[in-house]
Amino acid sequence: MSKINLEELSDMQFDILKEIGNIGAGNATTALAKMLQMKMDMSVPKVALLPFKDISQLIGSEDQIVVGILLDMGGEINGMMMFLFDTKSAHHLVNKLMMQEDVVDDYATDFTEMEMSAISEIGNIVSGSYLTALASLTNLKVQASVPSLTVDMIGALMSVPASEFGKYGDKLLLIQSQFGEEGYVNGYFMLIPELESYDKILSALGM
Amino acid sequence: MNINSMIKVGMGDLKACKSPEVLTTLGLGSCVGVALYDPVTKVSGLLHCMLPDSKQFKNASNVAKYADTGLVELVNQMEKLGANKTRLVAKIAGGAQMFSTNTNNENLKVGQRNVMAVKMKLSEMRIKLLAEDTGLNFGRTVEFYSETGKYKIKAVGKPEKLI
Repeated sequence: MSKINLEELSDMQFDILKEIGNIGAGNATTALAKMLQMKMDMSVPKVALLPFKDISQLIGSEDQIVVGILLDMGGEINGMMMFLFDTKSAHHLVNKLMMQEDVVDDYATDFTEMEMSAISEIGNIVSGSYLTALASLTNLKVQASVPSLTVDMIGALMSVPASEFGKYGDKLLLIQSQFGEEGYVNGYFMLIPELESYDKILSALGM
Repeated sequence: MNINSMIKVGMGDLKACKSPEVLTTLGLGSCVGVALYDPVTKVSGLLHCMLPDSKQFKNASNVAKYADTGLVELVNQMEKLGANKTRLVAKIAGGAQMFSTNTNNENLKVGQRNVMAVKMKLSEMRIKLLAEDTGLNFGRTVEFYSETGKYKIKAVGKPEKLI
């Protein structure tokens, strides 16, 4: 049984989780910026405890189409990690990476196989740096699965972590950071550890 | 039909209504959207369930989250609006596998298990399943029209479907 009570997280616990988002996403954003040789900013992370029906609204409406990359975390921290980009950002990222020209119709929801694998690779590198930061911060082992990529509605993508968390309660606790460059790339990292893993993370950090 | 007059059902939620109201849920992934309908009174209901079975979990407080308890509660609410349980019919959508990974994470197959659980509960409650659009690997937005009993299904990059 887990010690952490989602409904009664202290401010201190929230701050620590926020700091994890900060450091993890900071590393990931730097890795992405370096890979693409462009400037990229990151917002202050949010640690949110949200009822399921509100989680999609964190980003937009449930039927907004996004590119989602999901990784399964294993080892000493279990859970999921997710990156979401809007389709326009995904096109920009991929074009930059593959040295292609941006096309006019950058809201298109279809990507070539080559582009899909480029996006997966971005997911791989970015998640690697996020999780490496998390592992060295907590001194816990974290392994990530091969990223899996889907282009679909936010609501549909978020149903995956939501049903995982649905086992524990009616709310989802996630550490979310927004990154990008204004008007060009806009994306989100979401770290969604399992409840027991929250315990481990917090106690590893002396809570 | 104006979007504003639609009754929105969130994740892990359920709603019942009378004709001519329209029930909708946006972005169904692994969850299942179960529409129940009484063709005589046109009382309709929509359940957006996330998990198959409430009995596996200790703190199953939100009944609409699970296929089994959600269906029972939806029928209750529809009966209050004048539906007759023996006349109810069902149409279901959703239960997709949104991500294909090679891991053994059972949770990623939750869509499939949700669909199975819904079907089992429907047959246990003797509610006839008229139509379904389930499984595969894409999300769905659904609208149920209580006036006609039609279930409209929209998916990204696919033509609209009416079942």
